[in-house]
Amino acid sequence: MKRPMTLKGNNCVFGLLMLLLLAPLTQVSAETAEEKGLAIARELERRDDGFGDARADMKMILTNRQGEESVRDIRLRMLEVPGDGDKSMSIFDRPADVKGTAMLTWSHKVEADDQWLYLPALKRVKRIASRNRSGSFMGSEFAFEDLGSQETEKYTYKFIKDEVLNDLDCMVIERDPVDRYSGYKRQLVWIDKAEYRLQKIEFYDRKDSLLKTLTYSGYHQFLKQYWRAEEMLMINHQTGKSTKLLWSDYHFGNGFEENDFTHNSLKRAR
Amino acid sequence: MSWFNKTLLLVLAGGINTAVTAAEWSGHVGVEARQFVEDPLYAGQQHNNQSLVFVPEFYQQWQDGRFSLTFSPFMRQDSSDTERSHVDIRELLWLMVGDGWELRAGLGRLFWGVTESQHLVDIVNQTDLVEDLDGEQKLGQPLINLSLIRNWGTLDLLLLPGFRERTFPGTDGRLRLPLLVDTDQTEYEASAGDRHVDVALRWFHNIDDWDIGLSAFDGTAREPLFSTGLDAGGQDVLIPYYEQIRQWGLDVQLTREGWLWKLEAIRRDSATSDYQALTGGAEYTFYAIMDSDIDMGVIVEYLYDSRKELATTPFEDDVMLGARFAWNNVQSTELLAGVIGDLNSSARALNIEASTRIGDSWKLAARARGFAGLNSSDLYYPLRNDGYLQLELARYF
Repeated sequence: MKRPMTLKGNNCVFGLLMLLLLAPLTQVSAETAEEKGLAIARELERRDDGFGDARADMKMILTNRQGEESVRDIRLRMLEVPGDGDKSMSIFDRPADVKGTAMLTWSHKVEADDQWLYLPALKRVKRIASRNRSGSFMGSEFAFEDLGSQETEKYTYKFIKDEVLNDLDCMVIERDPVDRYSGYKRQLVWIDKAEYRLQKIEFYDRKDSLLKTLTYSGYHQFLKQYWRAEEMLMINHQTGKSTKLLWSDYHFGNGFEENDFTHNSLKRAR
Repeated sequence: MSWFNKTLLLVLAGGINTAVTAAEWSGHVGVEARQFVEDPLYAGQQHNNQSLVFVPEFYQQWQDGRFSLTFSPFMRQDSSDTERSHVDIRELLWLMVGDGWELRAGLGRLFWGVTESQHLVDIVNQTDLVEDLDGEQKLGQPLINLSLIRNWGTLDLLLLPGFRERTFPGTDGRLRLPLLVDTDQTEYEASAGDRHVDVALRWFHNIDDWDIGLSAFDGTAREPLFSTGLDAGGQDVLIPYYEQIRQWGLDVQLTREGWLWKLEAIRRDSATSDYQALTGGAEYTFYAIMDSDIDMGVIVEYLYDSRKELATTPFEDDVMLGARFAWNNVQSTELLAGVIGDLNSSARALNIEASTRIGDSWKLAARARGFAGLNSSDLYYPLRNDGYLQLELARYF
């Protein structure tokens, strides 16, 4: 850019003009790290808006420090609820002793999620306290809050830096959970610039030491818009245990309605 | 042979035929061993018993779950008690799902209520008492159930054609009364006997943190009264008598942060008594106690029955204290310990149950039950020597 000082004549007017022209740019560079972080999170959410509904199969492979594996098979159904958190139903197929167990979650943007569990042996639906966000999901390295609906409002944000990760230009943002019952002090999130997909999350515990790393791989695009990872690997650095999620059979546009995510539909979920 | 046994045979035969078509089978098979701590009080009773249990479930759905059929028989073979060796159909149920409604027909089970210590509101299914004292094991009930799902809640309308008698331990069984219950002489207030058609309805709704149910039942009581008599061999026996009752029920749960606040209340009217009963209390969960992954829930419930000493349940002015532990580990290890104590006497009933998964498809469950401080006026007095330890190993498929 040429410097106005080198110009002669209508120096003053030109300077004013330049000032006006530069004003928007100046504002961009004055955007705080918090604003930039929030903008990225909003864009991430915006790109996932309008998926309507989805279903998928999830295989969860738990590996302990000795390398022994155990497997859980879960089917998921999700419904996007405009203006609120998503509704979801998880149906357990394996291990066999929990087959038929199902969980209904109505997530919310800020307030606590509503959650019901169906226990087939007693034919009983139990409403459960969803305060337990930091608890392990089925003995895995995923906490309930890691698997829940990731509404923008659930965190505050800060842009940290740009970084290349696995040959992808990424933005790194920090997000701090708003919920005081969260198990984390903060998370570092790597998002690729091209498609705004989550690539990696580092979870820091309440004492701010690195607890877990989640990496996403095998992204596929659905309905020419929505990216979903085929594999999510969570490694717990403090225990040496890990959990791998393998997603398959993604289907969008199933025509799910609110009535498919009720107390009654929970009892007959198969 | 009762109408139920005939139906059972027909259905079992039918079930084997449908099994030929490819569908989903699941369930479990288990072995159970019970060791009683003290000597038996009544002739014929044993110090221990072992049994085999088989609970398969067949499920088939059509049109993406809009129609489905569930068939779940139940079989137990017990080493000592012939009454505990029994067969039942827990479920043989057709389900049709429409837009805002569901229709179920056949033999089914359902659960109403929220509390842990006892289940006052849950009235549709008969208790399979030989399975367990806790009243949570239920017999399949013939039913036609229309559910209307609306924005003002869910309304369940139930027609219950046919009655299931409560099961009772036999001569050799522990956990029984001094006199045997003679179910061959069962009497009913209704002239139609076990073919009386009961009706029930329930409205259920969840509003924010609240889950609320209101229910009504009109028909044959699930809980019998007893008179003494003689059996065919001239022995003194108890003869069950099932009254006609009308019951109103309320069940409410408020879920807020780590708290679950629970209340169940009933009003029951019959020819012999009109009374109210309630169970109310709270459960609070401490998460990740002492920096472990273990969650500990503390449960306190108060149990009341307006009939006081005349109550047909042992809990008329009692408090239940319980603790629930969940290890949140790969084996899903859990433990629940509870004691119900009478506020006016030293009577206590203790229960501890724990379970853990072994490998992918085995489950080991343990239970200990005991009674303490019982007086001769307590309903559980005849069970005072029947504290036991139980282990069950089951294979799920």
